[in-house]
Amino acid sequence: MVSEVLFWIVAALTVIPSLALLFAKRPVHIAMSIVLVMVGLAAAYVGLGAPFLGVVQIVVYTGAVMMMFLFVMMLVGVDNAEDMRETIKGQKWIGFLAAGGLGILLISVIGDASIEPRLTDTVGNPEGVAMILFSEYVLVMEVLGFLLITAAVGALVLTHVPRLTPRRTQVELQAARVLAGANPVNKPMPGVYARHNALDVPALDPQGQPIEESVSRVLEIRRQTQDGQEFRAQLEDTDNPDHEARPHGAPSRDADTRNTRDGEEPK
Amino acid sequence: MTAMSFVYLAAILFAIGAAAVLLRRNAIVAFMGVELMLNAANLVLVAFSRMYGELDGQIMAFFVMVVAAAEVVVGLAIIIALFRARQTISLDEPAELKG
Repeated sequence: MVSEVLFWIVAALTVIPSLALLFAKRPVHIAMSIVLVMVGLAAAYVGLGAPFLGVVQIVVYTGAVMMMFLFVMMLVGVDNAEDMRETIKGQKWIGFLAAGGLGILLISVIGDASIEPRLTDTVGNPEGVAMILFSEYVLVMEVLGFLLITAAVGALVLTHVPRLTPRRTQVELQAARVLAGANPVNKPMPGVYARHNALDVPALDPQGQPIEESVSRVLEIRRQTQDGQEFRAQLEDTDNPDHEARPHGAPSRDADTRNTRDGEEPK
Repeated sequence: MTAMSFVYLAAILFAIGAAAVLLRRNAIVAFMGVELMLNAANLVLVAFSRMYGELDGQIMAFFVMVVAAAEVVVGLAIIIALFRARQTISLDEPAELKG
């Protein structure tokens, strides 16, 4: 019949992680343990002679449903702390008792049932499932198509937010900016392209002074900017090589530009 | 070891899912409890399909999976709509119908 080892592996793989539903604090941990439960159930299906359902279980539940749970958790915030105040006094113990009672009731009823198992082993491979699905149950398949379309449209309708104000066009936005006294022209791009092309150095104006507003505000807050003086074009240097006092033989900082201007190859 | 032991396992899983629905206040976690209950029902269907040697139980389990997928889509959309309206997904917050 069914392998005993498989049963105990499946039992451990489903019951232990599903207890996270009751005792784990963070929703993401719970979702990942439910993924484990789904994988265990898929193994059980394969062991019970339903390989097609086992694959569908993994694809639909671990692949689609639980990942969608994780996406929604991401949307609503994973750190949403659960409110543990009890609106009904002793709700926790009532809940435990009710669920435990339900479990005991189910198990006792199952223990009472007597079933004569047949010895024919049928395997639910895709071919066998499809033969039944598209002959006996073809009407149910059609109805399920309607159901899925309805669910998709329902999800769209439920998450749709109607626009309360008309959309502002680009022309209106620009007019509002000019009216508010903002500079209508784009800000200059950062970076001194000939010497340093990273975003942390401000652009230089024609006088060689750095333009502060060309550097991103985020970098300023993080103190990751440079003042750009280091990369300033030293024009006076090229006009008069002795202008800047430096040790004899030391290379000028912009020696390469001067050399190319003189028509020599830079070393 | 017959397929009947899987039915006992399914009963335990169903009870755990029901306890999660009763105890947890986080809407997403309670919803995952509902999913666990659906899966326990699926396990029963597959186990009985094995016992009777018929594929019909597996077909039913397949239908349950399709319905569960549709149900998850709508349920999660409701949770998102609830979160947009109240900035919380606690199940105790919406209490307008309380007398």
